[in-house]
Amino acid sequence: MNNIAHIHRDDEASKLGMWLFIFTELLLFAGLFIVYGIYRYLNPVAFHLAAEELSVTVGTVNTVILLISSATMAMASTAIRLKNKQFTILLLLITLFIAFMFMTNKYFEWKGKFEHGIFPGSEDLLRLGHGDTLFFSLYFFMTGLHALHIIVGFVLITIVCYRVNNNTLTHENPVLLDNSGLYWHLVDLIWIFLFPLFYLIT
Amino acid sequence: MNNHKIEHIVPYRLYLIVLSGLILLTLISVGVTYIELANLTVFTAIFLACIKSVLVLVFFMHLKFDNKLLQILVTAVFVLIALVLFITFLDYNFR
Amino acid sequence: MSDHTTSSFREVKGKYKGIFAWIFSTDHKRIGLLYLYSIVSFFLIGVLLGIVMKLELMAPGKTVIDPATYNAIFTLHGVIMIFLVVVPGLPAIFGNFLLPIMIGAKDVAFPKLNLLSWWIYVFGAIIALSSLFMGGGPPDTGWTFYAPYAFKTNTNMLPAVLGAFILGFSSILTGINFIVTIHRMRAPGMTWFKMPLFPWTLYGTGWIQILATPIVGITLLMIVGERVLNIGFFDPALGGDPILYQHLFWIYSHPAVYIMILPAMGAISEIIPTFANKSIFGYKAIVISTLAIAFVGYFVWGHHMFTSGMSGTALYTFSLLTFIVAIPSAIKVFNWVGTLHKASIQLETPFFWAASFLFVFMIGGLSGLALGALATNVHLHDTAFVVAHFHFIVFGGVGFAFMGAIHYWFPKIWGRMYNSKLATSGWIIFFIGFCTLYLPMFFLGVTGMPRRYYDYVERFHGPNIVSTIGSWVLLLGLIIIIYNLVNAAYNGKKATKNPWGGRTLEWTVDSPPSLENFEEIPVVERGPYDYRKNRES
Repeated sequence: MNNIAHIHRDDEASKLGMWLFIFTELLLFAGLFIVYGIYRYLNPVAFHLAAEELSVTVGTVNTVILLISSATMAMASTAIRLKNKQFTILLLLITLFIAFMFMTNKYFEWKGKFEHGIFPGSEDLLRLGHGDTLFFSLYFFMTGLHALHIIVGFVLITIVCYRVNNNTLTHENPVLLDNSGLYWHLVDLIWIFLFPLFYLIT
Repeated sequence: MNNHKIEHIVPYRLYLIVLSGLILLTLISVGVTYIELANLTVFTAIFLACIKSVLVLVFFMHLKFDNKLLQILVTAVFVLIALVLFITFLDYNFR
Repeated sequence: MSDHTTSSFREVKGKYKGIFAWIFSTDHKRIGLLYLYSIVSFFLIGVLLGIVMKLELMAPGKTVIDPATYNAIFTLHGVIMIFLVVVPGLPAIFGNFLLPIMIGAKDVAFPKLNLLSWWIYVFGAIIALSSLFMGGGPPDTGWTFYAPYAFKTNTNMLPAVLGAFILGFSSILTGINFIVTIHRMRAPGMTWFKMPLFPWTLYGTGWIQILATPIVGITLLMIVGERVLNIGFFDPALGGDPILYQHLFWIYSHPAVYIMILPAMGAISEIIPTFANKSIFGYKAIVISTLAIAFVGYFVWGHHMFTSGMSGTALYTFSLLTFIVAIPSAIKVFNWVGTLHKASIQLETPFFWAASFLFVFMIGGLSGLALGALATNVHLHDTAFVVAHFHFIVFGGVGFAFMGAIHYWFPKIWGRMYNSKLATSGWIIFFIGFCTLYLPMFFLGVTGMPRRYYDYVERFHGPNIVSTIGSWVLLLGLIIIIYNLVNAAYNGKKATKNPWGGRTLEWTVDSPPSLENFEEIPVVERGPYDYRKNRES
């Protein structure tokens, strides 16, 4: 065999590795938060007014449901350790459903903006001025990248769900579930900052 | 390897308490936007977001129950981000 | 392991045959060699591009290529050398091969991820180099992809930028792997301060890879956004600020210099005590300075932007921090020199490389201080002086350490010895060529020759001729070195376990090591550089 023959398993190592990966994700978004911070500082009034274009209701609903999904995902880690397979799957499915709802909301929100002629590089945006252009570019770029992470998380949790179902992921090796959970909480964590920066600071 | 060391199993109840706290904070942060706080608006919003993120990190992401190493590393990463932001603003703030 | 024949990792039969036994192998040693072969190939392409540039600059006006080609060539030279060669260079090759052995482990923490990182590397390299062959021609922005030109030029920016973005992932995965390996897989008894210095520097490097690379990743994505979607972050016409691009780019790319140089310092810290037959002077000082470089190095990015129009406060801060980061580097130099003091030095090729490393690294570092001072920087910014400075660090520092490392660990990796005389003559020719090539550039820069220029006035002619001749000498040295090593890999005489008398763990295993490195995980009881006679083993 080319591979090391004996199975070497170290859950602490997997967790540390996942955290290191989460650090890179945090730094990835940190780059964008720097850009946001600078341009908000340079265009305070325009950002203020542009933020009013976004619906606080949609933002709040998305925040609350994402928080709930984070809680269900965390509870799934407990459920699998209590050997409650059915409940684990139920919690994962709720998480998946909420992820889907979040994306649906996001879709209609984006679609609404597009119909109003607001998208990166659009004529209307150019007319509105520099501050608005930057605000909406940042809005699309950051929420877009966040949405991409939701999709990745969705795929991850689907895999976890499948593996819990066919008993290849149990209370004896819950590390994949835990790590997917960490990832999902990261997605939540980033949204916790995106929400006030785009919807609330008006 | 300490794979099979006795782990702390977090009770469901704790997650539900944290969740209600998070939702409450969200509603508060929405609520305060209707109050005119002038310069404090930004500060309040970010401050509440920070509390929420700490809750997520500590409870949902298990940092409270993890080893010291991770707790230190996570703190260090946030300090690093803050420092980078600070140094970048040394340029823009004084330009 | 049941069989006691312990064949080396090269001879072990796996489930794949031929080349697949390599490109699908999760053995850290094979992955290290895969990196070696790919990185050396790209290095040779980069060298050839450099030679063409020097040939063009031999005389004013057009010599061999036209100006547009020249711009494309210096961009490609930079992109290849930085992203494909020097950043992955020492960590991916020697780190992969030696880190597990040096800390007494059988492999890295995530072997599959390790293989994946190589595949991502190859994939990113192909994407980046595909910009050469598509309509529009290779990018001509320089390796820094500065905005707004990066989204105004009609050349193939997208593949180059996306390639660099993908290569970042490879670097991040390597970093994650090394940090987890060092945290979790050190042999019993190997406390943090009994760990050899090369793994220590890989640890520092790993942190920079994890914490800095994502910033350039997102910045390059923003450039893609600028080109494809007109998002306007860095476009003054849409309200963006091009200087912000420079900030974000250097937040990664300055720490990237430390990704390159830290493992080089680590390799030197291994070579010097071995050939001095003496414990390293100030082990803890080297460890702490390594971590200090990694940390402070994160906050000095602005010294690349002194003339771009930053605020005064930022200028002073960055200049101060730049001087502070020089301190730990200097501490290391003192430690190496201190180790050599009153030592009975074994004069072998790796030692020559290490000694010349000290020489060129000091020239590079001190010229860096000239650039880090605000007043001189205004005069020297974007001149050939800068080119000379960073080649002394990146090619002189990292390149010499790389050469030292490959001559030092060659018997371990291939299990054979090379011709020492030929290797030493290769070194001296290379060293002379290197100095002849880059020293005139300091002079050219001080007298005012700008960097990245295709043409120059007659006044700069003389030093440029010297420099070009130096590039030929360097190439000759390189050919001798490569010929000697390739020849030795096939025909050299068999090496023993420990040909140099090293004290770190890699010298206790077979040359080349067996598949699992150690039959039994060793128990470490002494420090890594214990040269006391009674502990001979």
